[in-house]
Formats: sequence, C-alpha cells, structure tokens
Amino acid sequence: MHAGVLSLAPGALRAAGTSSVDTRDQTDRRLGGLMASAQAGDRAAYDALLRDCVPFIRAAARRRGVPADAVDDAVQETLLTVHRARHTYDPARSFQAWLRTIADRRAVDLLRRQGRQRSREVHDDIAYETHPAATGEPVAAGLDGGLRRAVESLPEGQRQAVEELTLNDRSLAEASQVTGRSTGALKVNLHRALKTLRARLTGEEG
Amino acid sequence: MARSTDNLIRELGDGLTPVRRIAEPNRLALLWLGCSVLIAAGLAVVFDMRAAMARLGSAADMWLAVLGSLLTAAFAAKAAFELAMPGRSRLWALLPLPGLLLWIGASGMGCLRTWATVGWDGHIHSECLMSIVGISAPLAVAMVVMLRRAFPLYPALTALVAGLACAAASATVLSLFHPADAAATDLAFHALAVAIVTAVLAASGRRLLRR
Repeated sequence: MHAGVLSLAPGALRAAGTSSVDTRDQTDRRLGGLMASAQAGDRAAYDALLRDCVPFIRAAARRRGVPADAVDDAVQETLLTVHRARHTYDPARSFQAWLRTIADRRAVDLLRRQGRQRSREVHDDIAYETHPAATGEPVAAGLDGGLRRAVESLPEGQRQAVEELTLNDRSLAEASQVTGRSTGALKVNLHRALKTLRARLTGEEG
Repeated sequence: MARSTDNLIRELGDGLTPVRRIAEPNRLALLWLGCSVLIAAGLAVVFDMRAAMARLGSAADMWLAVLGSLLTAAFAAKAAFELAMPGRSRLWALLPLPGLLLWIGASGMGCLRTWATVGWDGHIHSECLMSIVGISAPLAVAMVVMLRRAFPLYPALTALVAGLACAAASATVLSLFHPADAAATDLAFHALAVAIVTAVLAASGRRLLRR
C-alpha cells in the first residue's frame, strides 16, 4: 500500500507550515495522476489509488458523524461510487476535492438511510414475538419446494447472498465474513437474486 | 483495512475498463444550447420571422426580456452541468440568477407599460403555455440524458437548475416567433409555463438523476 499521506493529522499539517501545503499538493497531484492512469485502464494504479483513498474516506465519514460500526459501509459505498463516477474526474482539477464530495454525499446518504430504517423498525419485544427466526429455526426450513428450487438454481454468488442475508438472517458484516465477499458485492448479488427470483416465480405462477 | 474492503478493491480492479472522460461543462452546455438552436431553426421555417422581428423591435424592454431569458438559459445550463460533476461547488446554482432578474425585470417593465396604455386584454394565452411546455419537453429529455452521463450527487438541485434552463430556452425560442405583447395575462401565462416546467423537472429530478 502507498504511504498514507492523506491520513496525516491536520495539526501535523499546520505545524509543518508551507512544506505541508506542498506535500498536500504533491499528494493531490499523485492521486490525480493515478486516477488518470486508472481512467486509461491501468489496474495497478487503480488498486494503489483505491487503497490510498480508504483513510481519507474513513476520515470524511467520521467527520460527517457516521457511527464507528458503519464506517466500513460508508467506505465501500464511496469506493463503488468512485468506480462508477471515474469518468467525471478531470486530471486538471483537485482529486481530493472530487473524492471529498463523493465521500460526504455517501456518508449523508448512509445516515439518512439509517434514520429511515430506525423510524420503521418495531419495538424489540414485538420483533421477538413476530420474527420467524425468534424460534431458533432458520427461515430456510420453512421454504416451500418451488422457492427452494428457485434459490438453489441461482448462480453461486447470488445464492450465497440470499441464503446468508435472508434465510440465515445474517448481517452484512457477518455474511461478508462467512462468504469472503465484500458487503458491496453481497448487496449487488442480493439485488440481482431478488430480481431473478421475482421474474422466475411470477413466470411460473403466471 | 477490513477484509471485505480489501475484497471490494480487488473486485473493482477486476472490473476496471478504460473510460472516456466526460466533456467539460462548458462544452456540454454549448452542445445542449445547440439543441435549442436546432428547434429554433425548425420553427423559423414555419413562422414569419420578419413580422416577429418587427414586433420585437417595437419595444426595447422586449429585447431586454429576450436577452434575460437567453442568459438564464445559457447560465442555468452551464450551472446544471457543473452541479452534475463531483467536486464542483453547489454555489454554481446561483449563476443563472442575474439573467433571471433581468428577464423578470424587463418583462415586468413591459407589462407595466402596456397595462398603463391598453389595460387588461382579457385573453387566455393558453397557446403560450402549451408552446413553452411543448418546446421544453425535447430539451428536458436531452438535458436529462446528458446529465445522467455525468454524475449528479445533488439530483434535486441539479434538476431544479436544469428545469430552469429548459423553461428559459423554450421561452427564448418562443419569444422570437411569438413575441409576448407584454399584456399582463400573456406574461402571467409565460411565468406559469416556466414555473410548471421547472417544477416538473425539479420534482422528478431525484428519481431521474439519482446515481
């Protein structure tokens, strides 16, 4: 991994005076150069760039008030956005300003989503009474044959996402540990799996 | 670094393909304004341009109003494309304001002048409303397609400014062929049409432009 110049404490930057500004500019230029290479398809530059972005995104998420247990989610969503938005970076401009806007927006989106989820969640007591998993019996055991077959016929990644996140009731972090896949990949796979299942099941029934 | 973040970086690297950098906002705005010019050129074939120019020439504040709407369209388009690029300031949203003030001010002056001499004309100018909405539709489609090629991180604000650009451009095109006679009802319908176009795009922006 490249030296994490981005993770220097602000105090350290101030103490170093003008030279720290130079360092920051150099870092910005270096990262901008890596992104320019990545835009041209340079895998090694892209890998180095994304790794250097992580401490910067973490700092942005914490600054925005993202709770410690959700910082990794904010980091991964920002990295996914960086990937999808990489054609909008102009190497003549500051890379850090570009990344900061994306990191800030994704942190705000995550906080809003968490707020909405909290407002929709029922009280724990009720949840325990009504949640099927409260009996200790996995949801998977109650699946009827048609749905079970449909899930089993999904591609490997999608099947794992459905089984771990939905049937075995694991959190994203736990499912990620079990499968060795990133939370971002699990989310994408779950979304695709649900779409496939919906199409197959409605097709069968209709 | 968390193991899953490490895996994600590897997966993103696996999926890396060369990309073509998006054009600068100035170029995108010019390209989009070119669409408006094409529509204007199409209408010029149908309408009597000389009669329209003669009516426009009869009052200086009418030209000022057209200049105002033109500046609003150009600056709002530039602002919308700036807002659609990560890393650019949200203050770009204020760029169309001077043009908008000129547009509103000059139209208001014309309205007052005609009000003093002619009074309320009593007509319902629904054709203006339909024309502005009708010309805005293809411009809005072009704008949304181009904005989605970028990456608007503030979809609602971007759509609001984009809606203003579409409404102002179509009002400019319309005023060249059917100059408002500055009667209060005419201007009210112009304002209503601009408000409808801007509001519709702003309301649907979050869904249309969310990335």
